Amino acid sequence: MALGKRLLRCNLLLSLALALGISPALAQAPSGQPIRIGQTLSLTGPFAQTGLAHQIASQIFVERLNRNGGLLGRPVEYVVLDDQSKPDISRTLYERLITADHVDLIQGPYGTAAILAAMSVAQRYHKVFIENTLGQPALAKYEWHFSATIGGPDSTATLPVKVLDAYASTGHPPKNVLIVSSKFPSAEDMAHGMERAAKAHGVEVLGYLEYDVGNRDFSGVAARVKDANADFVFVACLGVEGDQLLEAEKRIDYSPKRHFYLYPSGSMAGDSLADRAVSYSGFEDVEPYISTEEGGAFAKEFDARAQKAGLPYPHVDSQAGNEYAGWQILAAAVKATNSLDDKKIAEWLDKNSVETIEGKRDFSGRSHTSAVDMQQLKQVQNGKWVTIWPLDRRTPGAQLIAP
Amino acid sequence: MAHVSLSLIEQSLITGILAGGLYGLLALGLSLSWGLLRLVNLGHFAIALLGAYLTWWMGTALGIAPWWAGLMIIAAFFVYGIGLHWVFMRFAVTEMASMLITFAFAVIVESALQFLWTADFRRYETAWGTQSWVIGSLYVPKLSFIAFLVACALAAATWAWLRYTYVGRALRACAEDAPIATAYGINHRALSFLLSGLCAAYAGVAGVFIALIATLAPSQIWAWVGVVFAVVIIGRLGNPLGALMGGVLIGVCEALTMAAVNPSWAPLVSFSVLIALLLFRPRWI
Repeated sequence: MALGKRLLRCNLLLSLALALGISPALAQAPSGQPIRIGQTLSLTGPFAQTGLAHQIASQIFVERLNRNGGLLGRPVEYVVLDDQSKPDISRTLYERLITADHVDLIQGPYGTAAILAAMSVAQRYHKVFIENTLGQPALAKYEWHFSATIGGPDSTATLPVKVLDAYASTGHPPKNVLIVSSKFPSAEDMAHGMERAAKAHGVEVLGYLEYDVGNRDFSGVAARVKDANADFVFVACLGVEGDQLLEAEKRIDYSPKRHFYLYPSGSMAGDSLADRAVSYSGFEDVEPYISTEEGGAFAKEFDARAQKAGLPYPHVDSQAGNEYAGWQILAAAVKATNSLDDKKIAEWLDKNSVETIEGKRDFSGRSHTSAVDMQQLKQVQNGKWVTIWPLDRRTPGAQLIAP
Repeated sequence: MAHVSLSLIEQSLITGILAGGLYGLLALGLSLSWGLLRLVNLGHFAIALLGAYLTWWMGTALGIAPWWAGLMIIAAFFVYGIGLHWVFMRFAVTEMASMLITFAFAVIVESALQFLWTADFRRYETAWGTQSWVIGSLYVPKLSFIAFLVACALAAATWAWLRYTYVGRALRACAEDAPIATAYGINHRALSFLLSGLCAAYAGVAGVFIALIATLAPSQIWAWVGVVFAVVIIGRLGNPLGALMGGVLIGVCEALTMAAVNPSWAPLVSFSVLIALLLFRPRWI
């Protein structure tokens, strides 16, 4: 009789929970010792704006994960440390995460240099290593490295072609290009990729200008850009360098006709000087990215938190999208293997694919990258990034603006 | 060698001259300190950047206009310069030791800047930041031009002060031979305090313009060291006009290199010019 009463009470509680719209997952709240997942991010330093976007994306994912039952029935604790945008500090902190903080799993940091530094630590301790912003995947020699980026095995060969194809689709493609590049390795690689693509497409390369990382003054570069007056300026820059170049161009009253920025700062879209600037993308807070339930919820939540955090461009973008996808990949592998064993997770990822907010991801490309380049192109229009390429992934109503 | 148009050369000359003004402004205090006090003050760069951060912070957080902030910073730095020199005299710091001590000081300032304002880039956005005067087909950025004028005015005034006033001549005499100058009744101690205060105040002036023109990050302290050292040596130690002219020479050479070869070659220019001048040893070095 007592058992019957208890079962009746359970049924009533379950009915009440369902009536209130509480999902079964929430009803089964995670319990036990938290699973600790560690990561370093550039929370201060030159890459801080982007690092903060990655942190927000990670927090949103972990909170959603915990709301839906956590991992293996246990809650997930996100341990994030500030690497100050310095690879050597990132390396030291990953050492600390693994040996002192005893995290169960790790996520890769932001930026090529930090990723390569952290990867060496992951390799030493045999930790599965999922990163989402490695600009030079060919350098990832660690067998348990998996890339959440969507650029494919060699985006230096594919992204420049996409850019030229997109401009060609307007009916009046650029006849010449001026390439401006930071001497930062992944930026230089992309700039050389554009040089090769331009030559292959019959686009005249008017010049190839390089500047040092940490360049103080962009006046000289701006003067060269103005003097060349190219149909298209391809800028392989990082963070605020693009804004600094635009400002220097403004001082000499010049605005490029068509311009591309490789890794623009978050604030670039809000800058009136950046109108019509193009960059690559994997996720934005516009259709079609937000058409899935998870993508839409993530974009909405990210925008709200970015606004609150005072980000200069308070909208989700491919940086945040890549980070979120990286977490989706790790969580999917843990769930599928029902294990925190790095070896099992790596072996599963090697053979399987994962559905992410950026599309279905496998790791069959070289160095466990995606087999194909899935990147899109976006353009600043009315102070906001909108997707303009490929045509079937365009933001509704948007099209590439080129003079 | 890139194709170089006449307008590019002209614009590069203007850019180089104006960049040289900022180099000269930074080099002025260092040159006087090294030439007349025999102290190699690497902390000069740190203080200049501290001045830049203070200008930015007062402007963005407290709403204080840069010229008012500049006046406060200059006064505070003058006092700091006197204090710094008291420490140097109290512990009888030599020329070489001064370089090591001030290097350590610069590292401490860099860490303090990072602690206070993080390592993030900071930009002081002003209405005049991107404004220029247009002369024919050439553009003269307003802020850089004002910085150049201030550099010219300070260099000329300091040169005249050292050359035509009793205090200036006494300072030069002390730099030549302090014991003999003292025997002639010159108060070397008081004059050196005054000069040290001035050098620090000049760093404050440079800092205000760095805040208005450049993007700030704590590590920027070291970005100026190489080029400004070259400017100081080219301009001759203790020579204010030389510091300005050295700055303009390096600035123009850098700008022309950017125009004719590649922007990434510009950092090589300052030391190449320095080595060439030391090899051929013109009379002024």
